[in-house]
Amino acid sequence: MVVISDIMVQGAQMLLVLLLAPLLTGFVRKVKARLVRREGASVFQPYRDLLRLMRKEVVLADNASWLFRVTPYVTFAAIWVAAALVPTFATGLLFNWTADLIAIVALLGSARFFLALAGMDVGTSFGGIGSSREVMIAALAEPAMLLMVFCLALVAGSTQLSTVANVLASSYVGLRVSLGMALIALIMVALAENGRIPIDNPATHLELTMVHEAMVLEYSGRHLAMIEFGAFLKLLLYISLIACVFMPWKIAVFGSGLVAYAVGAGAYVVKLVVAGFLLALFETATAKMRVFRIPQFLGAALMLGLLGTLLLFVSRSF
Amino acid sequence: MMSAVALQMSCVAALLAAAALAIVLSRSRNAAGVVYGMTMTISVVATAAAMNWLIRGAPETSALVLPVGLPWLGAHFRLDNLASFFLVVVNFGGAAASLYGLGYGHHETEPHRVLPFFPAFLAGMNLVILADDAFSFLLCWEFMSLASWALVLAHHREPGNATAGYVYLVMASFGTLALLLAFGLLAGPAGDYGFAAIRAAQHAPGAVGLVLILMLLGAGSKAGLVPLHVWLPLAHPAAPSHVSALMSGVMTKVAIYGFIRVIFDLLGQPAWWMSVIVLFLGAVTAMMGILYAMMEQDLKRLLAYSTIENVGVIFVGLGLALGFQANGMRLAAALALTAALFHVLNHSLFKSLLFFGAGAVLTSTGERNMDKLGGLIHRMPKTSFAALVGCVAISALPPFNGFVSEWLMFQAVLQSPDLPQWALKIMVPAVGAALALAAALAAACFVKAYGVTFLGRPRSAPADAAGEVDRYSLAAMFVLAGLCLFTGILPGLVIDALSPVCIDILGGRMPIQVNEAWLSIVPIADSRSSYNGLLVMVFITICASSAAFFIHRFASRALRRGPAWGCGFSDPVPAAQYSGESFAQPIRRVFGTLAFHARDHVEMPPPGDVRPARLRIELHDLIWERGYRPIAGAVAFSAGWLNRLQFLTIRRYLSLVFATLVTLLLVLAIWS
Repeated sequence: MVVISDIMVQGAQMLLVLLLAPLLTGFVRKVKARLVRREGASVFQPYRDLLRLMRKEVVLADNASWLFRVTPYVTFAAIWVAAALVPTFATGLLFNWTADLIAIVALLGSARFFLALAGMDVGTSFGGIGSSREVMIAALAEPAMLLMVFCLALVAGSTQLSTVANVLASSYVGLRVSLGMALIALIMVALAENGRIPIDNPATHLELTMVHEAMVLEYSGRHLAMIEFGAFLKLLLYISLIACVFMPWKIAVFGSGLVAYAVGAGAYVVKLVVAGFLLALFETATAKMRVFRIPQFLGAALMLGLLGTLLLFVSRSF
Repeated sequence: MMSAVALQMSCVAALLAAAALAIVLSRSRNAAGVVYGMTMTISVVATAAAMNWLIRGAPETSALVLPVGLPWLGAHFRLDNLASFFLVVVNFGGAAASLYGLGYGHHETEPHRVLPFFPAFLAGMNLVILADDAFSFLLCWEFMSLASWALVLAHHREPGNATAGYVYLVMASFGTLALLLAFGLLAGPAGDYGFAAIRAAQHAPGAVGLVLILMLLGAGSKAGLVPLHVWLPLAHPAAPSHVSALMSGVMTKVAIYGFIRVIFDLLGQPAWWMSVIVLFLGAVTAMMGILYAMMEQDLKRLLAYSTIENVGVIFVGLGLALGFQANGMRLAAALALTAALFHVLNHSLFKSLLFFGAGAVLTSTGERNMDKLGGLIHRMPKTSFAALVGCVAISALPPFNGFVSEWLMFQAVLQSPDLPQWALKIMVPAVGAALALAAALAAACFVKAYGVTFLGRPRSAPADAAGEVDRYSLAAMFVLAGLCLFTGILPGLVIDALSPVCIDILGGRMPIQVNEAWLSIVPIADSRSSYNGLLVMVFITICASSAAFFIHRFASRALRRGPAWGCGFSDPVPAAQYSGESFAQPIRRVFGTLAFHARDHVEMPPPGDVRPARLRIELHDLIWERGYRPIAGAVAFSAGWLNRLQFLTIRRYLSLVFATLVTLLLVLAIWS
């Protein structure tokens, strides 16, 4: 009986991220449109886009291989599994111990690896340019992300996200310089990993300036739907990660009953709204940077992560 | 009943017999089949025996003294848990290479240059691991080096191979010299070369430091530590591909075995500063190795450079283990050593696999330059699938095995705040960042290697006409690919098999893993970290297949083929695709300006001129140009200068002899 309820909570979490992800992107787009005084599409537009794409036929390039057709599902699954392992409304879910934070980062790496390969599969220059830039960004973002993980692990004594969230939610941690640095590093990495301004522009359609969009240029129909859905999930994943680690307020502890779960879910939605609004505000206020400025941006994230970790090595109380 | 070490030694004897048989047979038509069949059988037996020993995990050892070698010493051989782990790695690699050779060997143009040396090389590696005194160790080490040198020169008429063989020979001699001095120091003035006596003796701190440096020079040059790696990317690719796999996947591990045997086993309790040196060299090797690999367009050289990166990762693990062990943190030390040994196993699996894949591409197209390949996924579907598994595994991505050892390594890094020394405290997180950077760059590098070689459109006629390779080669690749997945999803079995080694060497071990729920791995405690490759794989499979099922069932399964979208300008020639060089361009701009003094020169003709614009990339191998070339220049200069002595008259020679005699007598007079 206990196992069944555990599995149900875990299943609820998996469905929740799946259902909320397009809504979050729709919300960010809506806020961005309103900020520049446009009306903007409905917040539910991403759902409609996904449904429409899924029902369309796939136009596959003559040269595309099986890898190209499998990749959308593999990347989507890898991101979905990663997203399901990040605590959203409750910690200590049934399968939380399957993968810790390092493994979650690596799962996202798997998704990107296959997507970058798919970009090279058809053999056009746009796919190549997108893939090569994507792996360059990843090569810088991943170490920064891992240093942020080290920093958290030193504070919490664990790389297990549930434990980290529980420790950071407890009062004795308090405000710390190192955690502040880790937060900034994580936000910078999240912007880069999700291809948001100032690293990449999710709305651009000028081929030479885009990274992610160039890589998936050949995709259409249900394949494109899967890739878009994966991108929505990834944005949600990063916001959930920031929320559960740095804003763990009201997150339900596992097994604390329906009321606590409901409060946790409510708090989670509020956190998503706030984060989405801040993201839209930031993207409206900044310009995209040149591709070869990105190393400086991510290098700063790396240094912040390293500095935070070193501070913790100096003293656990920083 | 034969003792365990006697069994291993008879396998070695059988290998040597196979080598002798190969000399007799080598010009006959079936020689390849007979020799590779024999080596495969012997290697399988040796693997099974060593694995049986390791899994039993007994604390005792099995020793054997042969009446050869130094007259007062004899040749000592001994099997313990450390040796049996490395025997598994060596002999399994040998079995896989033999299986591959059964097919690949038929394409060999000069089989008599390969067949006798292949079993001899395997025998040499086995003997190094079994040796239990310094004399036998060095003798077997040289035997291994020379056998592999002969294999490097198997195709000695191909451009560059003679140079590769020469550089390899020079570096191997240098390495053996360092090892000789190291063992001389260890044996001390009493001069007892048996490992048991060395283990029992007390070593002065100064001698310990010198031994560490000499071992890093000796074993490090064989393993490919930067800056002693220069021979490796020349020599490994020059050999036939199954031998490249052995050299990269296995021989570097024998060098690592030598390092572990001396530093961890013979020297006794380590000092903390030793780990600083090893960590620094490991981190530099990992980063430089993968950056070199990223810049490389030759498929086999890229793989050789990536070997350097992996050796760096292994040395980082060993450095961490030294640091923890010096401070008595046995659990953390066991974790770090397990991570390093796990990576030894993993690297031997996926690097052999990738070299087999490169060999298959080479057989099928005759091309190693990836900028002349492409589109092979359509023409060699099975090879490209196996190679894909290898690429994912080496890029440290879950659920494959490369990720597990990388993950264990990070868990070990996270144990470092408890270290008392400040140098280590500050160093370890930086090394962790370097490891993360190397892992991310490795993923980028293998996206490039796989994407340019197997994906896209063929860039040359041979690539267009390529076909699938023979079934032996495919079988070897699929066995290795299967093991990459197996050790990735059930890492607990490997960790438990490694624990006797940790107990022998460090006196501590990781917790037993097989009893964990759902076969997870838990290095320290549940609350700290855990990982379950099996569940990750099951989840990904379920999610991907259910998503595919729902969409195909309820939305659409229509599909139409059409030309690729070229944004209004469809490039007609495959040469317009992204090549290896263009793929590496962003990373070259970011890291290359510092590491290689990379410059892009664009020669743009003025308006009205119809010449094509040209892009020229300037890369410098700084280690070669700043380190080795001056030394080579100095040697050549002094040799040229001394050369004058060759053409003197008899009168001058006599006066030189006389002057030498007088000087020596004077020295003797002053000395006494």
